[in-house]
Amino acid sequence: MARDGEGDEREPHPMVSGKALVKRFGGIAAVAGIDVEVRRGESFGFLGPNGAGKSSTMRMIACVSPRSDGELRVLGMDPETDGPRIRARIGVVPQLDNLDVELTVRQNLQVYGRYFGLSRAHVRAKAVELMAFAELSDRADDQVEPLSGGMKRRLTIARSMVNDPELLLLDEPTTGLDPQARHLLWGRLYQLKQQGVTQIITTHDMHEAEQLCDRLVVMDGGQIVAEGSPSNLIGRFSTREVLELRFAPGKQDGQITRVADLADRHEVLPDRLLLYADDGEATLEAVHARGVRPVSTLIRRSTLEDVFLRLTGRSLVE
Amino acid sequence: MWLRVEGHWAWYRRYWRSSLYSSGIEPLLFLAAMGLGFGSQVEAGAATGGHEYLHYVAPALLVAGATMSGMGESSFPVLSGFKWQKDYIAVTATPITPGQLLGGQMLWLAIRLGLSGVIYGLVALTFGAWLRPGAVLVVGVGVVTGLACAAPVMALAAATYDEGRRFVVMFRFVMVPMMLFSATFFPIEQIPIGLRWLTWISPLWHGNEIARAAALGGSDPLAIAGHGAFLLALLVAGVLLARKLFYRRLVV
Ligand SMILES: Nc1ncnc2c1ncn2[C@@H]1O[C@H](COP(=O)(O)OP(=O)(O)OP(=O)(O)O)[C@@H](O)[C@H]1O
Ligand SMILES: [Mg+2]
Repeated sequence: MARDGEGDEREPHPMVSGKALVKRFGGIAAVAGIDVEVRRGESFGFLGPNGAGKSSTMRMIACVSPRSDGELRVLGMDPETDGPRIRARIGVVPQLDNLDVELTVRQNLQVYGRYFGLSRAHVRAKAVELMAFAELSDRADDQVEPLSGGMKRRLTIARSMVNDPELLLLDEPTTGLDPQARHLLWGRLYQLKQQGVTQIITTHDMHEAEQLCDRLVVMDGGQIVAEGSPSNLIGRFSTREVLELRFAPGKQDGQITRVADLADRHEVLPDRLLLYADDGEATLEAVHARGVRPVSTLIRRSTLEDVFLRLTGRSLVE
Repeated sequence: MWLRVEGHWAWYRRYWRSSLYSSGIEPLLFLAAMGLGFGSQVEAGAATGGHEYLHYVAPALLVAGATMSGMGESSFPVLSGFKWQKDYIAVTATPITPGQLLGGQMLWLAIRLGLSGVIYGLVALTFGAWLRPGAVLVVGVGVVTGLACAAPVMALAAATYDEGRRFVVMFRFVMVPMMLFSATFFPIEQIPIGLRWLTWISPLWHGNEIARAAALGGSDPLAIAGHGAFLLALLVAGVLLARKLFYRRLVV
């Protein structure tokens, strides 16, 4: 099969392509037949609530978890037969850190780089570069164990880049990072994208997904429920604006029946009502005209959060 | 596989003191207590093959030490790689396969057992514990016996999903009896006939027999070959089982 093996520039293959991909654990299907295609150079997102099957999908792509059914190609190769060759060219940030906490920051990077067969001199230099990136240079020779959770996360992310991967798999990369570190990472991921590194990211954070992803899929219960760019999804599944109404505790019950017809669509959350309309201001006036008096109101643009709510009936915000 | 050993080496450079203490110095303390202290009360006689007790016990203590640290190193530390520290999961996300990971673990253990054995041997030499040059082979016997006992424990670790209580049970009901009934401190003839089967199935006994043959001389080559075959069979079976379970644990 001539198309197998190393990337052939004249006949470019998708970085990842899955068809009817299934992952079963015992009886339950964590991934229940999904089709995905990730193209070279794009940032692709998996969005979904807990247990949607995001990590299971990521682990299949990372060639550490065999698929139960369906087809999967990563970098044009089959994970089943070419696992080590694929793994040599990708970088993985697992959902849970698995650093060697008994070693130093520097040793973690160097030792890990050596597993990719990189020369000692190369990993020495690379470790210095990556510690600067992760802003851990001043902790270079400290043991990892006592570092803060965010620092460990940064080190895990830095470690995933030790082999200059073509494809980076980031499973909830920014959980546990403070806003500053999060923005730093977003900036760095953007840079990597400019350099042509393909990225696959899972997240619960809608803002992060909107910032980072060119294209994303929303997963729920092991299935893909929608696919598109963030703005495309918002356009398809939500209105331009959202009006949020908050009532005094205990006063929300029954209010929706008085205003529901003013909006294209509505959602009732435990602490507020959401009215979807293209003109939030006009809707608010109409609400007031009916004599409904919320304690506070907010008009905002639709986000992926609203798309998600529409598609799964559940809120992603924990 | 070798790269994995390098990773362990990075760890060892930081922690060699405490680890050397437990695997190398401990058997020496035993040797001092049993060989020199207790041994001074024991007369050379038929039971010790006509040898002084120090000469009788020194090779067996090396092998017993290697067995203990081989089993110890393969229990909680290996389980941690899967469960707590999860560094095995990190390693198998690289081009390294679970089989190579296991190989690296075994190789690293062999190096450490060898190193501890050499140190033990040299210090024991200053006690005058060795009678003939053949005693250098005892280090190799220790390594092989230690690995043969370690491999099944690694397999057990790979199949352990709880907090590892079974290791405590294993130490208590497998390792300790093995120490006592493997003709480490006294010859097999002293063991009640009804319990002797325990000795026969004990890898440590087979190791001890070869080690004594090397250190003291004068034994049946056929018997030695038999003991060696037992250890190699255990080693091969253990590695194959561990390999299977490493894959089962890491490729899910
Ligand atoms: N090793 C495993 N053994 C058995 N079941 C598993 C295993 N890994 C995942 N599952 C199950 O598969 C389903 C999907 O899990 P997965 O980790 O892929 O979800 P996720 O989308 O990453 O969720 P989260 O947002 O919580 O990380 C869950 O029901 C989970 O219990
Ligand atoms: Mg997950």
